[in-house]
Amino acid sequence: MSLVFLLLILLLGGLLAWLAERVSTELPRWVALASIVTALLVLLYSVSGLPAGSLQALPDPTSGSSWLIHLQRDWMPRFGIGFELALDGLSLLLIVLTLVLGLIAVASSWVEIEFKPGLFHANILWTLAGVSGVFLALDLLLFFLFWEVMLIPMYLLIAIWGHENKAYAAMKFFIFTQVSGLLMLLSIIALAWQGYVASGNFSFSYFALLGLSFEGSLGFWVMLGFFLAFTVKLPAFPFHSWLPDAHTQAPTAGSVLLAGILLKTGAYGLLRFCIPLFPEASQQFAPVALGLGAAGVIYGAVLAFAQTDFKRLVAYSSVSHMGFVLLGLYAWNTLALQGAIVQMLAHGLSTAALFMLAGALQQRLHSRDMRQMGGLWQSMPRMGACALFFAVASLGLPGLGNFVAEFLVLLGLFAVNPWLTAVAALGLISAAIYSLWMIQQTFQGALQGSSADAASGSGEHPRLLQDFGGREMTTMAAMMIALLWLGLYPQPLLDLALPVVESLQALVAANPSIVGVIP
Amino acid sequence: MTLLWLIPLLPLLSATLLLISGGRMPRPLVKWLGAGSVGLAAGAVALLALGFAGDGQVLQLTLWTWMTVGNFSPGIAFYVDGLSLVMMSVITGVGFLIHLYSLEFMQDDPSYCRYFAYMNLFVAAMLLLVMADNLLLLYLGWEGVGLCSYLLVGFWYQDPNNGRAARKAFVVTRVGDTAMALGLLLLFTELGTLDIQPLLAAANSQWQVGDNLPLLATLLLLGGAVGKSAQLPLHTWLPDAMAGPTPVSALIHAATMVTAGVYLIARTHDLFLLAPATLQAVAWLGLLTLLLAAFTALVQADIKRILAYSTISQIGYMFLALGASAFSAGIFHLMTHAFFKALLFLAAGAVIHCLHHEHNIFRMGGLRTRLPLVFWSFVIGSAALAALPFTSGFYSKDAILLSAWSMPGSGPWLWCGALLGALLTAIYSFRLVFIVFFGPANTEPDKQPGWQMALPLLLLGLLSLLGGWIALPLAEVFPAGAGRHDSVNHAVEIVTVATPLLGLLIAYLLFLGQQLSIAALAESAPGRALQAFFYSGWRIDGLYHQCLVRPFTGLAHWWRNEPTDLLYNAIVRLSQWLHRGLSSLQTGELRWYASSMVFGLAILLIVILRTGS
Repeated sequence: MSLVFLLLILLLGGLLAWLAERVSTELPRWVALASIVTALLVLLYSVSGLPAGSLQALPDPTSGSSWLIHLQRDWMPRFGIGFELALDGLSLLLIVLTLVLGLIAVASSWVEIEFKPGLFHANILWTLAGVSGVFLALDLLLFFLFWEVMLIPMYLLIAIWGHENKAYAAMKFFIFTQVSGLLMLLSIIALAWQGYVASGNFSFSYFALLGLSFEGSLGFWVMLGFFLAFTVKLPAFPFHSWLPDAHTQAPTAGSVLLAGILLKTGAYGLLRFCIPLFPEASQQFAPVALGLGAAGVIYGAVLAFAQTDFKRLVAYSSVSHMGFVLLGLYAWNTLALQGAIVQMLAHGLSTAALFMLAGALQQRLHSRDMRQMGGLWQSMPRMGACALFFAVASLGLPGLGNFVAEFLVLLGLFAVNPWLTAVAALGLISAAIYSLWMIQQTFQGALQGSSADAASGSGEHPRLLQDFGGREMTTMAAMMIALLWLGLYPQPLLDLALPVVESLQALVAANPSIVGVIP
Repeated sequence: MTLLWLIPLLPLLSATLLLISGGRMPRPLVKWLGAGSVGLAAGAVALLALGFAGDGQVLQLTLWTWMTVGNFSPGIAFYVDGLSLVMMSVITGVGFLIHLYSLEFMQDDPSYCRYFAYMNLFVAAMLLLVMADNLLLLYLGWEGVGLCSYLLVGFWYQDPNNGRAARKAFVVTRVGDTAMALGLLLLFTELGTLDIQPLLAAANSQWQVGDNLPLLATLLLLGGAVGKSAQLPLHTWLPDAMAGPTPVSALIHAATMVTAGVYLIARTHDLFLLAPATLQAVAWLGLLTLLLAAFTALVQADIKRILAYSTISQIGYMFLALGASAFSAGIFHLMTHAFFKALLFLAAGAVIHCLHHEHNIFRMGGLRTRLPLVFWSFVIGSAALAALPFTSGFYSKDAILLSAWSMPGSGPWLWCGALLGALLTAIYSFRLVFIVFFGPANTEPDKQPGWQMALPLLLLGLLSLLGGWIALPLAEVFPAGAGRHDSVNHAVEIVTVATPLLGLLIAYLLFLGQQLSIAALAESAPGRALQAFFYSGWRIDGLYHQCLVRPFTGLAHWWRNEPTDLLYNAIVRLSQWLHRGLSSLQTGELRWYASSMVFGLAILLIVILRTGS
């Protein structure tokens, strides 16, 4: 039941935050914080109540009875639709990431949002609820429901609190996600029908649908529906073009959630549903997916370098980094899969931090245009140091989480396809180019505007900007420590994710028609 | 010793404290932390070396397992043998002297604290690099020193040129680093481990000399080495990296970081011995680089750029030694080079410090009497650099030249080239001495170096003179008999010793006595063209700009407005077009509706009749 509580706390907390606006504008923020912290406590409490050692040694996750927490209730039994939630190591990791980034999103918009703070925080909490549901749901229709639930509040966040071109960006985000979601719905129905044909029972349960066999090319087309929905969300090249617009226009909290966790739902979907449900079709499709991944790595990196807008740059760097996730998933061996999972976490943290910085810069300078920045280190050294840290994290400096992730992905991929690995490794070079260019344009160089001020004779000190204070530095420091931990001792997380990875590996072993994969 | 972990931790801890303080730490504390931590580390290394001299025991220590994924489980673990110990002594010893020097050199800088934080971080990363027991941890140190190099080259960030130089340094070396990372991937995939000693053992048992896989793996590692060590074709970043403070150039871009490539090859020499073709390539790359850099150094006017090109050139000698399998000689030259090049850079820094940040040697002159300590430092450093007899550089370079001669096949050719390089080295180093310290004074110094700057100069001067007698504990590390040169005939030895003296004489005749004038030659059209060609570093920067930088920025510019949106916009336009087309049918006119209904009915009828019949 604790999983239901978790979702209810977030959903009702959102409602409460909305109502709290009538009392004061401060109250919704506190309500949001309290709800997220409570949800986090409920989650940790329910996990800590499990028998010792069960976190380290998760049993086989392909059998329904042995997840960390598993909950099944009938919902619409006539159609075989159940209310089925389950938690394993992977979903635990991702929900913790979700809630932590939720806290960070609230903290980062503490002074930014003045218009309707109640509704704003309600939307944040509902997004979190939707995302948590996506990470928990095991009934495919329930999963689809949560998939839609997380979309709408995010749409509102962009459309209401976004920047100058928000209507366009919000609409683009909505259409891309909605169209691809529709394809997934078709695939879900086709899949359930196939299950009915095979067993005579109509069911949308994950466990009922695992291991179905398909005739001819049907499996491929059904798989494609899932694949498209998830790669649009990821986003993979060439379905990524909604992302730069959405990120650029979203308020800081929206960008943090979008980059930090919404993109991860795409990767999670591939990992949890697309590959296990259609192992053969996925295997046949793997070369295409790998190609898209490598293309995304390079394309995202080149376009990131071309940007002048701070947030657009970070958005394209996300496209590049998520390319590594796609590569890791479809390289399909332990090393690469673990790398992809670490990348999901590390990228979530580093990019969320960069978007926070972008928001802080915009708040101070009222611009995201890097051509108008420069030399900001002089007035804001603490902020500059943070930017530098997360920039070098995103360029893959060893010792930080992103390096572990990308190295593991490349290590796994090398055994499968050395040439593609070499192409993807070019992304490491271009990541250095755009990350350092970003730092140069913003924090280094001469202080912009100082000469103009001097010329106008105002005699004022050039642009006295407020550096990060205690609240910002605390959130930044927390993310730095998390990235260092991921980079220097990722073992606890790797252990948590191991059962999922092993079950995917087992698919390869169980299926004799899949060949050519080096374990 | 279980206190091995303390050695990198001390500077790391100090760097962390300095960074967290954000510049609010009182200055005396910064001094004690910044220089003291490296001093303590140096003391610990000295203790370690004493113990090692006693029992010769290789030290190993595993702190924790970094990660375990499948059969991939690199550790945060150290492996310290004679080779690592030599490197650690150089890093902490020379490093401490440079930190001491920096206390005074950076005195007036507002970012004093940040400077020492970066410097300490560098020392920590460099120590990790040479102490690592597996290639992944080595790679961590490798990238860490790259980051510190970036931070310190761009230390004075207000000037965009410094930022450009810093980014160039990082990105160019990253090209090499990426090749090296691919090498790591290949080695792990083929041999199943990245722990250096098991890896070398596995390579020796699985691969034969001359196989393709060791060839490919060593070429990829070589990519990393040429990037970090500023060898052809990735050497272009080093001259620009002189934008950083001079002690940084002494520590990072002369004594330690740039020799990391030499260390890497020496550390994995078993692999390279399996790939003789790569060793040949190493030797020839070294020779080409040393000649190119020596010619370039001959015509530079910036005191630091001369030293930078001479560093590139001297590392070329080390590569030549490695290529000739004379690993000990290469490491020996690495150490002596660290002494005399650090000395030269610190002395150059003293000149710059005392001369209001003047870099152009033609605006100096006559400093012999005005800065006597600096003058003698420069003379000793240049003598060692030119390998004049009985200086430290003499012993190491002599060994390299004779090993080159003994190399089977192309040995004499390599020796000739290296000899030409030695001649050029003597000419350009004494050109610098004669122009800066003799003749009329063009700029008057406004201060004298204090004791914190003088003491390192004295100690390094001593080491540059006497360092040739230090016996390195490398016998256990490298195979006996590699790169031996017992059977060299005496004529070759005599020529090898005499060449630097000839260079000194030529430099004297050209630049001091003016007995020999090349003005006419230099002023002629081909002479000018050649000078300009050398001055630009053989136009390699321009070549890279045309072939790599411009295509990349062009591509980025071309794509910047998201080409994939063309497809999505086409869909949008299609639906808009359909929308307009279809909505124009709804005119609201009854006649139009009636006629289209009749028309539709007619078509329907035709279809029905046709299918019916």
